[in-house]
Amino acid sequence: MSLLSTKGLSKNYAGLQAVNSVDFDLPEGQIRALIGPNGAGKTTFVGMLSGRIESSQGQVYFDGTDITGMPAHRRMGLGMAYTFQITSIFSKLSVHENVALAARRVIGGNNSQVRLRIKEVLNKVHLVDRADQIAGDLSYGHQRLLEIGMGLAQSPRLFILDEPTQGLAENEIDDFILLIQALSAETTVLLIEHNMDVVMRTANYITVLNFGETLAEGTPNEIRANQEVQAAYLGKN
Amino acid sequence: MSTAVRSSILHLSVLCLLATLFFILPEYHSGNIARILIMAVYAMGYNLLFGYTGLLSLGHALFFASGMYGLGLSIDHLGLSAAPAMLVGLFSALAISTIIGFLALRTSGVAFMIVTLMFAQAGYLTILLAGKYTRGDEGFVIKQSDRIIAGIDLSQADNRYFAALILFAIVFIFIGILVNTRFGKTLVAIRENSERARMLGYDIQRHKLIAIIISGSLSGVAGAAYALLFGYAGATFSTVQYSIYPLLWVLLGGAGTTIGPLIGTVFMTYLIDISSEYTSAYMLIAGLVLILLTLFAPQGLAGVLRKKFLPWLP
Repeated sequence: MSLLSTKGLSKNYAGLQAVNSVDFDLPEGQIRALIGPNGAGKTTFVGMLSGRIESSQGQVYFDGTDITGMPAHRRMGLGMAYTFQITSIFSKLSVHENVALAARRVIGGNNSQVRLRIKEVLNKVHLVDRADQIAGDLSYGHQRLLEIGMGLAQSPRLFILDEPTQGLAENEIDDFILLIQALSAETTVLLIEHNMDVVMRTANYITVLNFGETLAEGTPNEIRANQEVQAAYLGKN
Repeated sequence: MSTAVRSSILHLSVLCLLATLFFILPEYHSGNIARILIMAVYAMGYNLLFGYTGLLSLGHALFFASGMYGLGLSIDHLGLSAAPAMLVGLFSALAISTIIGFLALRTSGVAFMIVTLMFAQAGYLTILLAGKYTRGDEGFVIKQSDRIIAGIDLSQADNRYFAALILFAIVFIFIGILVNTRFGKTLVAIRENSERARMLGYDIQRHKLIAIIISGSLSGVAGAAYALLFGYAGATFSTVQYSIYPLLWVLLGGAGTTIGPLIGTVFMTYLIDISSEYTSAYMLIAGLVLILLTLFAPQGLAGVLRKKFLPWLP
């Protein structure tokens, strides 16, 4: 049973077809990477999944329910979590409060449970020692980790990560890969990623977008061997 | 000591200090402070929306006047006694802030400022146009015999002071608690990064609307209390000047702090009071101080305290 699917999902920007009739199926428990050259429509596509961008045509289904017209905050309420391509945290609040805001929405007013969840999450993203720091004072890499932590704190059923490793150092990327691999037991992940090493090491399955359309889908090995994909990336015919 | 304990001690100390001041200060000043306390209630209402939620309204005089006229007109024309008239004042402000909130939240940023300003102007003109009932600019006096709650004559200086203090205390403690609830913390999240808050699954519009309703209702309660304690309702209180005042008080005192509105109101009232003893150009002095404060302490007085000495300040 697929957790998330789209039928003929499209987006027009004043004549520019950013996403063109994409049929997409994401089974529960999978780590799916969404890749494609710059301007392929990845962020627009994911924006329509999360509700940040209104679709022009087509449907989005989450766990069998049509959520096409649903506002973003209600989609998050159904169990989606989303991290932004450009780091978006509450930079004037403490690391602890950042995660607390994410946890409280899901857990509610039970303070001891919220604290427990925060501790658990901060451990996972290695920010436990920095809980009292102001989030905006953290290094860039730590801010990215914090944002991932805010996603984890919601215990999402679907975790959408928009280029999470952008700007991370090599060792931070290794940590990130471990984090994502560990996640596969508890959540479904949709990962937009440019770093092919990350994609190949984390994803079970890959969807390639090009010019707003699905170019190919398959396992990492299939995608690696796919001529069309190579052409799209290297610009050959 | 935990933050919650510290903040409770701070809030209670402020209230004790205010209660003591009545017995220490000469009558002129205690009359002044009674007025300041009511205006601080107005400022606290404003601060919830501006300081905590990050919505800058230029039309809060409409809510203040709703409470004032809700009370004044129901005493004057319906013959209600003071206590039920207070409730009419509260519910008028609640109803009007709900409607305005609903409409104004279709906009954001500068448009929100303009829309709230325009609604308040419309309210002001309505009060003038309905001069037959409101007596327009001239306003009307609320008779001493109508200013009695539970046998307590609120036109007496001591009763008035403590009535103002009790109202202030209720709102002060209410805000102190509110900003520490889940709801209050979500408002801060919306102020800091509303798109992030939305993508964490919070219903931003609903939170903002509730903030406007609470903020508007508190402003209305302040307006009603002002009319009741000082015996006068007039159109001046619905002018743009009275929308700007709470903004200045909150900015001076420290936006997004529980104590800032009181500090700002005291500071500005006494700044004008003292400087007008020396020169007729007292607004020039007030203006200069405002400029200096915005340059050197943009977080306001309580904001500076929080940054430099008391990071736990609520």
